[in-house]
Amino acid sequence: MSVTTADSSSAGTASPVASSKSRIGDFVAAKLFFPTFGILLFLAFWQIVAANIVTSLGAFPGPAEVWTQSKNLVVEHQEQRAKAEAFYERQEKRNAARLEKDPDAPVKIRSYTGKPTFFDQIFTSLYTVAFGFVIATAIAVPLGILCGLSESAYQAINLIIQVFKPVSPLAWLPLVTMVVSAMYVSDSPMFEKSFLNSGLTVALCCLWPTLINTTVGVAGVDRDLVNVSRVIKLGSITHVRKVVLPSSVPLIFTGLRLSLATGWMVLIAAEMLAQNPGLGKFIWDEFQNGSSNSLGRIMAAVITIGLLGFALDQLMLRLQRWLSWDKQAVVR
Amino acid sequence: MSSARYLEISKMGKTFPTDTGGFEALRDVQLTIQQGEFISLIGHSGCGKSTVLNIVAGLEQASVGGVILEGKHINEPGPDRAVVFQHHALMPWLTVYENVELAVAQVFRGSKSAAEMREWILHNLNLVGMGHAADKAPHEISGGMKQRVGIARCLAMEPKVVLMDEPFGALDALTRAKLQDSVMAIQAELKNTIIMITHDVDEAVLLSDRIVMMTTGPAATIGEIVEVKLPRPRDRLALAEDQQYNHCRHQVLEFLYSSDDDNSEELEPSATIESVQTAVDVSTDDTVIKNSSNQAA
Ligand SMILES: Nc1ncnc2c1ncn2[C@@H]1O[C@H](COP(=O)(O)OP(=O)(O)OP(=O)(O)O)[C@@H](O)[C@H]1O
Ligand SMILES: [Mg+2]
Repeated sequence: MSVTTADSSSAGTASPVASSKSRIGDFVAAKLFFPTFGILLFLAFWQIVAANIVTSLGAFPGPAEVWTQSKNLVVEHQEQRAKAEAFYERQEKRNAARLEKDPDAPVKIRSYTGKPTFFDQIFTSLYTVAFGFVIATAIAVPLGILCGLSESAYQAINLIIQVFKPVSPLAWLPLVTMVVSAMYVSDSPMFEKSFLNSGLTVALCCLWPTLINTTVGVAGVDRDLVNVSRVIKLGSITHVRKVVLPSSVPLIFTGLRLSLATGWMVLIAAEMLAQNPGLGKFIWDEFQNGSSNSLGRIMAAVITIGLLGFALDQLMLRLQRWLSWDKQAVVR
Repeated sequence: MSSARYLEISKMGKTFPTDTGGFEALRDVQLTIQQGEFISLIGHSGCGKSTVLNIVAGLEQASVGGVILEGKHINEPGPDRAVVFQHHALMPWLTVYENVELAVAQVFRGSKSAAEMREWILHNLNLVGMGHAADKAPHEISGGMKQRVGIARCLAMEPKVVLMDEPFGALDALTRAKLQDSVMAIQAELKNTIIMITHDVDEAVLLSDRIVMMTTGPAATIGEIVEVKLPRPRDRLALAEDQQYNHCRHQVLEFLYSSDDDNSEELEPSATIESVQTAVDVSTDDTVIKNSSNQAA
């Protein structure tokens, strides 16, 4: 017995190091090597294919061309910012001079109206999708809880869900546009109409995945736990807060993530179709422009849309991890 | 209120709606339970034990007849009939303490102060020997410990009747024995009225004042009742040699096996009782009570 322990301890000096090394090795392989390899392979493939496609606007942009155009987009943005700053500075000086001459002179402050840059459009798209998503969530989660708790509510609403769910949200766009222009009349509007149009269209398509998944999650709460709640006679609000919500968090978030992903896709399409400000409009404008740079700039926008979609999903994942009671659960 | 008719299950029947018209699980279940009695329900799988318990709990409604507790008809669940579930049924997102607190905060709202509630929760956790694990999450404690917490939660509601559906079924023999001892000790102290479902004959004899044996379904009912007149406190080691203990055990086993035969031959329930009664015509203190004589009592 003592011999074996001596044996293993002498070997022990080497083996933990080796095993931890191989674990780091595995990690590097899984998290760095293979993804990098995949991306390089993709870039090479893209380069080769791009070189062989010639359009009326010149060759299809390869990775290098897109990189150049991306840098141009950054430069353009900085130029616009500088112009805007200069504009406000001039205005301020002019106003100051005017006030010096006559303290009662009316001071006019006009805002700069330059062409929105690529980054302005990104920002517009992001807050539009956030707006639509928040509205949809505020409706879908409570409604889903109701449908999950009450069979009659579910029966009442199920058919409506099933009919409206498959409707492309773009079909709603004309209706939303007309309704917004009819209903939203205000002298000092809080939102642009185009913003409401895109946002509400996004909301209409964000509703369904969250609604359906919340319903399924709430209806699927463990029977025993529901019975515990019934025996204790928890009030309905405590029941929802302490029993229903914690156990349906995973499915609610599955719904939210699906909603956000669809919302993001739909938004770009809606912006293109309705000429509402945002990334979709950027792409459409470039397409209409038809310069030799256009395809590279569109491709840069496409990649940006993808990266932002990915980032939004990661954001939801973080939120889910933070809100979920089960820190052990593997969330993907 | 006379304690002789504390809880009464009267002429109770249950038919589940099914696609093929309905499944009659229970028919004419009749049982009167005294305050402070420990009753075991035993019978073959699927005979309707859980259904009886759920109806007493108010979690399900009887189709015919009903349950009367202290003169009041039962038609909804409530903390006066607390349930210990087979699979602990602890909220995994709450700690041990919070699980008990969920019940205590609801049941004693307005009648206990925050400090009193805290003391009461810890008192009940200590009663089942779980005071040390108050701040642990359910996934951090063993199956037996979870079941203890389930019992603590149940006792903390100060129920009139404790209902246990195979409370120790999912546990290993040693843990089960320990928990049985805990339950016996607690019942000796608190004098709870308890109905427990079990598949374990030894458990039934060790813990119960009466063992209620159910016939095999469909339309299951109470076949026989064995009274266990062993003095308390009971010691499992001493009882292993006890004649009376073994006799009770034998009676239960005999019922279970003979009703197994009946099932295949589809005999009338009365025939079952007759045949068993002749078989058990031994002079002991235990009495086998026919279903009909129980009704008359
Ligand atoms: N909701 C239901 N709908 C239809 N049939 C049911 C329903 N619940 C139970 N049953 C039937 O009623 C009978 C009794 O069920 P129950 O769960 O009470 O049995 P049990 O004695 O507790 O069995 P076990 O010992 O296996 O737990 C079974 O045949 C079962 O199939
Ligand atoms: Mg059962």
